[in-house]
Parts: sequence; C-alpha cells; structure tokens
Amino acid sequence: MSTNANKKHIISALVENKPGVLNRLVSLFRRRNFNIDSLTVGRTHKPHVSRMTIVIDGQRLNPRQMVANLYKLVNVIDARMISEDLHVERDMALVKVRTDDTESFNAVTELCERFPARIIDMGMQVAIVEITARTELVEEFINQLKPIGIVELVRTGVVAMGRGVRTQDTEYEPASISMNGGELERYSV
Amino acid sequence: MLLTGAEILLECLIKEGVEVVFGYPGGAILPTYDSMTKYPQIRHVLVRHEQGASHMADGYARASGKVGVCIATSGPGATNLVTGLATALMDSVGIVAITGQVARGSIGTDAFQETDVTGVTLPVTKHNYLVMSAAEIPLVVEEAFHIARSGRPGPVLIDIPKDVQTEKAEFGSYPTGKLRLPGYKVASSADENDLAEAIRLIQEAERPLILAGHGLIMGNATQQLQELAEIAGIPVTLTLLGKGALPEQHPLCIGMMGMHGHAASNHAIQEADLLIALGMRFDDRVTGNLKTYSPLSRKIHVDIDPSEINKNVKVDVGIVGDLRTVLTQMLPHVPRKQHPEWVRRIRDWQEDGSERDIVTHYTGSTLLGAQVINDLWKFTDGNAVTVTDVGQHQMLEAQYYPHQRPSTLLTSGGLGTMGFGFPAAIGAKFAKPDEEVWAIVGDGGFQMTLAELATARQENVDVNIAILNNGFLGMVRQWQEIFYEQRYHATPMVNPDFCKLAEAYGIPSMRVTSRDQIKESVDFARSIKGPVLIEYVILKEEMVYPMVPSGADLDKMIRRPKWGETQP
Ligand SMILES: Cc1ncc(C[n+]2csc(CCOP(=O)(O)OP(=O)(O)O)c2C)c(N)n1
Repeated sequence: MSTNANKKHIISALVENKPGVLNRLVSLFRRRNFNIDSLTVGRTHKPHVSRMTIVIDGQRLNPRQMVANLYKLVNVIDARMISEDLHVERDMALVKVRTDDTESFNAVTELCERFPARIIDMGMQVAIVEITARTELVEEFINQLKPIGIVELVRTGVVAMGRGVRTQDTEYEPASISMNGGELERYSV
Repeated sequence: MLLTGAEILLECLIKEGVEVVFGYPGGAILPTYDSMTKYPQIRHVLVRHEQGASHMADGYARASGKVGVCIATSGPGATNLVTGLATALMDSVGIVAITGQVARGSIGTDAFQETDVTGVTLPVTKHNYLVMSAAEIPLVVEEAFHIARSGRPGPVLIDIPKDVQTEKAEFGSYPTGKLRLPGYKVASSADENDLAEAIRLIQEAERPLILAGHGLIMGNATQQLQELAEIAGIPVTLTLLGKGALPEQHPLCIGMMGMHGHAASNHAIQEADLLIALGMRFDDRVTGNLKTYSPLSRKIHVDIDPSEINKNVKVDVGIVGDLRTVLTQMLPHVPRKQHPEWVRRIRDWQEDGSERDIVTHYTGSTLLGAQVINDLWKFTDGNAVTVTDVGQHQMLEAQYYPHQRPSTLLTSGGLGTMGFGFPAAIGAKFAKPDEEVWAIVGDGGFQMTLAELATARQENVDVNIAILNNGFLGMVRQWQEIFYEQRYHATPMVNPDFCKLAEAYGIPSMRVTSRDQIKESVDFARSIKGPVLIEYVILKEEMVYPMVPSGADLDKMIRRPKWGETQP
C-alpha cells in the first residue's frame, strides 16, 4: 500500500454494542469537525462487540487525532489505523441498471465478466448487479456502467481487516446484571 | 436487601462518600427526593436555579478534589444544567449530575417534561447514562464516579426514569466488583524513550520555560513541578487555571501568560528555545496567532489526554501520562542547571511591566478594580480561596491576586461562563468550611445567578461576595473601546441597588467607594459568619492591560503607557 499523504486512511474500531454508541461516534465527528468519507457498522462474532470501519481523507484530517479522540469515548474498546499496515479492504455496491434492449443487456453481462460482479436480479426493464471489490475497482465499474444507464445505486462503504496473524479483538465480557431473576438484555443495536 | 431504585441510588452515593448534593426537585425526580428523608447523612442544598446547582457541584469539586454532585428533574430541570456541564467539561472538573426522566414506557412520546437529556448533554459530558432498570444503578453509579474523577476528569450525567426510581431490586455490595470498562484507558507512566528525549532537550536548552497548567493541580503534581523548576533552573509561567501550581512569589515564577498575561511571560514564550508544557492545552487565549507562536523553541508536551498532543501546537516530544508519575520518573535524570542570562532578560521585561503598573502609580480618587483586588489580596494575607466570575475583574484577579497554594483560585477558564462565580463559591465553601472564601464577581455576571443569594441565606453559607461594580459589561466594553470605536452598545447597565438587594435577602452588606475603606470592608466581611455582600463602586472605564488582540502574535500586546508618558 502506498503511504502517500493524500491517501485515504482507514480506521477500524471495536465498540461496545450498546444503545446510542453510534450516536456518540457521529456526535464526536461532527463536533470535532471531522469529515468522514464512509462509515460502516456491524456486529461481530461476539454479541456485545460491534466493529466500525471509518474512511477519512488524510489531507483534511490528521488520522492520529481521530484515533486519539476515538479513544476518549468510553464505549470504544480499540481503535487503529489499519491502512498503515498490510490489510485487505472491500467495498460493495448494488447498481440498478437499464437492460431494456439487447445492446444494454449484453454490455452489462460483459462488464460483469470483466469485473468481480454479478447480476443478482433480472427484470424486464432493469437488472440489479452486485460488485464487491476494492473501492477503486468499484468506482471504475460504476463509471463503465454509466453510459448504459444507471437507475439507482447503493454502496456499503469500506470494510477492512489487517492481514496475517495480527488481530483486532477483545477479551472483554460484559458484567451480567441479574434483574428480577432473569438476565438483562442490555445489548441492542 | 430489596430496595427501590431511589434508595439504591442514595446508598451508592453514601458509599461514594458523598456528603452534600446541590439540587432542585420536580415530578420525575420526586421518588428520589422522597427517599432522601431516609438518608439524612446526605445534605441536600436547595438551589434557586439548576444552573446554580451545577456550578456549586463544580466549585465543590475544584476546591476539594472530590466529585461534586448535582440533581435535577427531567425536561427544564435537566436542560438548566447544560451550562454547568459544559463549563465543567471545558475545565476538566469531575462532577456527577443526576436527572429524573419520564417513566420508561413514556420515553419517546413527548410526555410532559420529557427531553432527550442524554442526547442534549452528549457533547457536554465526558460520558452519560440512561438507566433502564433499578438493578443497573449500582454499576452505573460506580462507573460514573470512576469516569468523572479518573484520567482527565469531567462531568458525567445519569438519567433515571421515574419508574426506575420506584422499581425494587436487590441491592448487594458497593462497589459492585463488576466495574469493567474495556474502552476506558487511563494513561499512566511515560515511555522511556520519550523521557530520555525530553531530558536531552532540557540538557541542551539555554532559554527553557515551563508552561504550567491545570493538569498539575488536578494531578497533585505541584511539588514535582517545583522540584523540576528548581533543579534545572527553569522559569515557570502559568495558565489562568494553573495559578497556584507554583507559589507566585517563588523566584522562578513569572506569573500568568496569554491574552491578559504578564508581558514578561509572553515575551519569554516568544523568545524561549524550549517550552515544557505540563497539563495545559495551548488554548487560543494563551497562544495568540499559532503561526508565529514561540517560533524559536523546541517543545515538550505532557498531558494525560492523548488527543491534546499536537492538537493546536506541533511538539517535538509528546508524552501521554499522569503528570505526577511522569515528573517523578523524570526528576532523577533532570540535569542540575541555572540560566542566569535568561532569567535576567525576563527580569528586564518584568521591570518594564512594573513601570506601567496601575496600582502603584494611579492617584485618581475613583476606585479601580485593580486596587480592590490588590488590597483584597493584602488584607486576606493572600490566603483566601477566591472564586471569580468572567470579565475584567477575573483578569484583574489573575494579575493582582498572587496565589500561594493550588486550588485556591477557582474560575471558569475554558468556557468563560458568566454566572459561574457566586454559585461556585458556595460549592467551594461546602468543600472547605475552614477557609475564607471570596466570590469576586462583576455587576453583570453576578446578576446571572444572584438568585442563589437565597440559597446562601437559607443554608447560611459563610461566603464573602465582592461585586466590582463598574456599571458596564466591562470586558465587552473594553473590546468596544479598542476594536469598535467606543460604540458602547448594549454594555451600559442600569443596576439594582446591590446593598438593598442584599438586605431584601437578609444579607448584611457594605458599599465601598474609596480605597481607604477596603480594609474596613474585609474586616466587616470577616466579622460575619454567613453570607455578606460588599459592593465596590469602581471606575467605569477601566482597562485591563496588557492585551493580546485575539489572533494577534503573542508578543504584539497592547500595553498600558508607561507612567508619566501619556496618561488617561
Ligand atoms: C454567559 C455569558 N454570556 C456572555 C459572555 C460574554 N462576556 C464576557 S465578559 C462579559 C462582560 C462581563 O461584565 P461584568 O460581569 O460586569 O464583569 P466586568 O468585565 O465588568 O468585570 C461578557 C458579556 C460570557 N462570557 N458568558
């Protein structure tokens, strides 16, 4: 990976899966005037831990400041700049594209062969194609679909993970609080 | 033991060592107020506005080093706390605010007096909680106090729905033994390499300067600061909140820096070849123009908050850690040095400053704010706990009341909250009942929270109120004089008769109009065991000098003319 200054930086954060945590992060970004390119959140294999991937523009914002500020949030278990080391990253897009004549249909199927993309829904007028790849490739794919006729588009934003045996994980187990005999479900998205 | 949520809360507060809470009741917090009757160990101080409660908790915390506690009801009660929370966050003061919330089933329905309090207070607290069951209360309270007081302290809010306060749950031991905050890391000691690099910079420096901030006081590291300064012969300049970190009459202490700091301090910062910033955060009020800030120096920055390093000023060595621990690690390696040449240059700047000193040279008959502060200092033996409001009087206190001990000047630095001084002084008196506490306030700011006169009377709080009455929003008038061609718009005030006002509250008072009455006024205040109000009628258009216009280079100060040259 290049270490060029105007490169995008990818920060990955493990957070406690509690109500309002996403709000805390977004509120931090807003009040510190941190512009973010993309943000994804999802559960992990541990029900009480969620993982976020945040992409920022290194020219507008010092990524170390961002990480230091994330650390100040009580619910952020771990935050790292994973774009500094070897990592893999994927972005996904669903694109609804015009396929109402043979020409456009053939163009779409041909593109799907050249890119890591596939048609996942086929209708009379339009098809939905899915691509999962590095951001640049997703963008290139979208550019090539444009002349055919994009009708609708949605992207997930980047998810990323460090390569090899380095892991970003936590031993943390939450305290259980018994409530009226039962276990309290404190964890919800 | 099966207890209600309210009872559990109060049990936990008692176990936390809480002796006094400042609050105001209302529907959503009433179950907790009712349960207070069973826990007389906790003294409840009824304020007259929830903002007052938040500042009292803040003043209590600043004066004692313990966590201050305030309580309010849902909706308007909770929103009235916001200014106090923001004030405490900016100055890193550990307080816990407890608010009632509408019952769980009503949350989100725009119920009567419902406000999304955890939402509203998110940006002005270090952390906050909405407690959804009585069983959770002990762990939440334990976490809240831990977060409020540890690391870089700050305000924590706990929002408790009314039906959670009445719900019964088993109350076991406190502390719960379950405290687990995986994402809450508090820095402690310094990395050895960073430390070695810092020592090397100190070794090489010819014109070193220590910038001492609030962190030294909160981190109990003032002794270590003094040793560092004395061993390596390094002069020390203070931030506003750092006042008291080193006795101001110490030969190495050159007083406050920044917008209204001593000129010598600002010149020293610009000329230094090494800055050692300890527990301060390079606020714009102390740096002036960042582009030209201390251009000749290398910089060491020690702070407990990693996000402060390289935030405003890029440093050569950034050390994240607890100041007491880091300085203790550092001290055995600090080279024994002196910098006579450097200290002499600073003396020359100081000499120039004293030639412009208003207190020693002014002979006019109208009282000056500076004289009042200077004489309060003299007649209280420089030993009072002073709590200021915000404005000219605050800057004059910083210039003319040298402090000898940490935590004896309490003031809203970061947020600059008018209305802070008087309630915070009440809180401070609860924390330090044996000390002489003075609220030093302007006529403007005092009127923002003067309703607490009733609180001071009801609780018979022995606090002395000094109002510096210039009939203006003085500091704003000063800006209008300098930057807006003396267009005094919305700054002159028609004030109440403050002495009659005091009388209405049953509070003794005195009006002072000349300098020779100041000693008498201090004696009078000291003779009264309870609140007392002294109104000092001062020059309407006094100026606070030096002044660095905001955004200007730190050494481009507007100075008072030398005495005898040209005079107002
Ligand atoms: C709550 C709040 N509102 C407005 C200001 C802006 N402000 C800063 S100083 C000042 C004037 C203070 O006047 P006064 O209390 O009379 O004190 P003086 O400057 O005359 O000593 C004002 C309005 C503030 N700091 N806080």
